[in-house]
Formats: sequence, structure tokens, C-alpha cells
Amino acid sequence: MGALGKFWESSVGKKIVMGVTGVILVGFVIGHMAGNLQFFAGADRYNAYARLLKHDIIELTWIVRGTLIVSVILHVTAAYQLTMRNRAARPADYALREPQVSTYASRTMRWGGVYLLVFLLYHIGHFTTGWFHPAFSETGTWGNVAIAFKSVPVALFYLGAMALLALHLYHGIWACARTLGFARPSANPLQRRIALVLAIVVSVGFSLLPLSVVLGFVR
Amino acid sequence: MSAGLNLTLHVWRQAGPNAAGRMVDYKATDISPEMSFLEMLDVVNERLIESGGDPIAFDHDCREGICGMCGVMINGAAHGPMKLTTACQLHMRTFKDGDEITIEPWRAAGFPVVRDLVVDRSALDRIIQAGGYISAPTGSAQDANALPIPKQDADEAMDAAACIGCGACVAACPNSSASLFTSAKITHLGKLPQGQPERYRRALSMVAQMDLEGFGGCTLFGECQEACPKGISIDSITQMNRDYLWASLTKREEKKVAGAG
Repeated sequence: MGALGKFWESSVGKKIVMGVTGVILVGFVIGHMAGNLQFFAGADRYNAYARLLKHDIIELTWIVRGTLIVSVILHVTAAYQLTMRNRAARPADYALREPQVSTYASRTMRWGGVYLLVFLLYHIGHFTTGWFHPAFSETGTWGNVAIAFKSVPVALFYLGAMALLALHLYHGIWACARTLGFARPSANPLQRRIALVLAIVVSVGFSLLPLSVVLGFVR
Repeated sequence: MSAGLNLTLHVWRQAGPNAAGRMVDYKATDISPEMSFLEMLDVVNERLIESGGDPIAFDHDCREGICGMCGVMINGAAHGPMKLTTACQLHMRTFKDGDEITIEPWRAAGFPVVRDLVVDRSALDRIIQAGGYISAPTGSAQDANALPIPKQDADEAMDAAACIGCGACVAACPNSSASLFTSAKITHLGKLPQGQPERYRRALSMVAQMDLEGFGGCTLFGECQEACPKGISIDSITQMNRDYLWASLTKREEKKVAGAG
């Protein structure tokens, strides 16, 4: 087995892969969220932004998409394999084990991650390809959003995903700094201010779109 | 002398490594609050023997909190409810009259149950054997002050060196990961000049052995740090990951013919 194979076989190696792909994906959600906020600058601005990404710089968009697809595949594969190993590492469970300090966020990483993956596939089919959209328009991206979130179940599904994304980022960003080894020694290593701020900013930023439509602020 | 405690114990009983185990209830009556947890088990065992029963097997040795033998899961927490202590240093005054106490062995694929509350922790020894040492040449020891070590490094190395190998980190971890144990040794030796020559080879081989023993991976729940009777920080896991990453990036082929001098 080569050096790369050994690295991928090791539990620490897989976690480092999850950390690196996690950094890429966190960078993406921050950019995606910032871009989305142009929704509130009106239909013209938002549609022009969509046109920029989907036509003017489509080659660049595909490079980013390719990177993201590879990142998601690696992130999910490593997470699945590590989860299976971790389950196997405790063949007989305790009758009683009380979590002492682990956060709710850390305990939702697995099923929350599955929800986010389902959400991701739906989301691409919803707003990128239009398969799941009732009245998809190639050029009217602003309208696509405004129509889609009139449906309360759809808006709730998105808001649920954003709540889980917040939890995922709250644990993931903090854990990532430790997995990649750049967190400095701390008197209180469980503290995670940067992760908290980023988790709130990203999830609230995204949630503003469905919230504004479903609550009737944007028509 | 305060009044004795009357407790109900739920204890894991298992006759041997391959036997099926089950939880068995015992009454522990008139237990002195001044007893240690292990002394309470001693009393229960005395009475079991007197009544012709089979005493509960549990590991113990120094009974002063430094040998690492006595870990058990007590009411869902490794070494019980008191922080920074081993089970032998946990005293019965921590409990109230009428309490129910669930006592279980460490649960991990890497820690097979030998009998009742006793598990085989030799997997931890094999992780140490994989690289948790320094190779020192023979001869007279050089003067200790000849190697300057920054105070902070010395402190961090000493904190990590406090590990007693009890296995509470593995037991408390939802993934049964031995990351805190392994990383404590990697940090202890990696912070000191004597540990440098083997530092990166050590990270690779100890992590490989840790995986081989069937322990899970770290997802940074943080439970290990809370359970550790010696208060070892998850900062050492960060150190292990950093060393492992650097070791993987800079690994060189070992020469087959050269190097003989």
C-alpha cells in the first residue's frame, strides 16, 4: 500500500480528509450565503448575479462545482466509513452511559449530516436543474426563489436544514481546527467562539430568504 | 461516625471472556460514607463469600489513584461522578442513602471483558510498544541542564505524561476511541528534545497500532478529557493530528543499503 493509501486507511488520515474538505465546504457556504443576500436587492440584481455564474463565468463555476462535488464525496465517504468503524469499536454497549460534556451539536453530526446530504440533492434539483420546482425559469432566478418558498412545507424543510447546518458548523468548524492541528493549546479547549459566530451568521443569512417569503415580507 | 448507607447495586456479571453476561442486583447495606468505592465492593464481596456466593471480580492495585488499574463505569460515568479521580479515590460520601448505582466494565472492542468488571487493557501496552518510547544510547547520563527546554514545553510534556493508562478515555468515548491515550504519549515525548528523533515515525506507528487494536476514531465529543482522572487535555489530540499530518507529508523512504556508517 502506498503512502496515500495508508493515510486514507488510518482513522486520523480520514479525519484530516474530512477537515480539509470541511474547510472547502465552509468557504463555499459562506460565499453562497453572501451571494444569496442579493435576493433582497431586487429581481434584476439577483437575476444578473445568477446570469454571471451560469453564463459569463460558467467555466469557473464548473471548476468550483467539480471541487465541491469531490469534496462532498470524500467528506461523506470518510464520515460513513468512520461511523461504521466507531460502531464496531463498541460491540456491547453500556446499560447506562451519561454524556458529560459532549454538545448536542456533536451528537447530531451523523444524522444531521444525512439530512444535509438529502437536502443538498433536493436543493440542486430544486434551484439548479429545476426538476423539483413547480414553475422553474432558466432566467428568472429571483422568481424561482420567491415562488418556491410560498410553499410552507418547502420553506420548513429549508429552515430545518439551516438549523442542522448551524449545529454541523458549530461542531465541525471547531473540530476541524483540532483535526488539522492548527488550534493552539487552550486552558478551555471546549470553547468555540469563532465556530459559534460563523454557524449563526451562515445559517441566519441563508434562512432570511425562506423566512422573508413565507412571512410575506417579500412578494 | 455518620450513619451507614443502604444502596442498591446493579453490577455486570460475566463468568468469563466468552460467557454471556448480565446485570445482577445486590443490596449493599450499612456502608460507611468514609469507605472508598473499592472498599464498598470489598464489603459486598465479603458478604457474598460468607453467604456462599461468587464475589464480583474487579481490577485494583495501588488504591491511591496512580496505577490506573481500577477503572469501572459508575452510573454512566468513567470512574464515577467525581472529576479528576479514579474509582479507588471515589468515596462513598459522594452517594446518598437509598441510591442505586450501576457498575459496568469499560466497553470497547479493544478492551475485551475478562470477568465481571475486569477488562484486558493490553491493547494500550501494544500502542506504547509501537512507538511510545525513546531510544536512548547506553553510557553515562549527560547533565540534565545540558538540554535547555522551554518551561511551557516542559509543563505540557509533564501534563501529558501524567497518563496512567487506565482506559477511562476509551470507556467514556462514544466511539471507544483511544485517541486521548495515544496522543498523550505522542505529546509527552514530542514536546521534549529527547523525543525528537523518533517523533514523526512515532506518530505514524502509534496511530496505526491504535487503529489495528479496533479502537474507534476521534470525533471530538470531549468526553475523554472530562473522564480523565489526570485531567489530560484534548489539546494533545490536536498535537497528535498535527504530528500525524506532518509525518505523512514528510515521510521518507528508509534506506535499505546505506546508513551503516
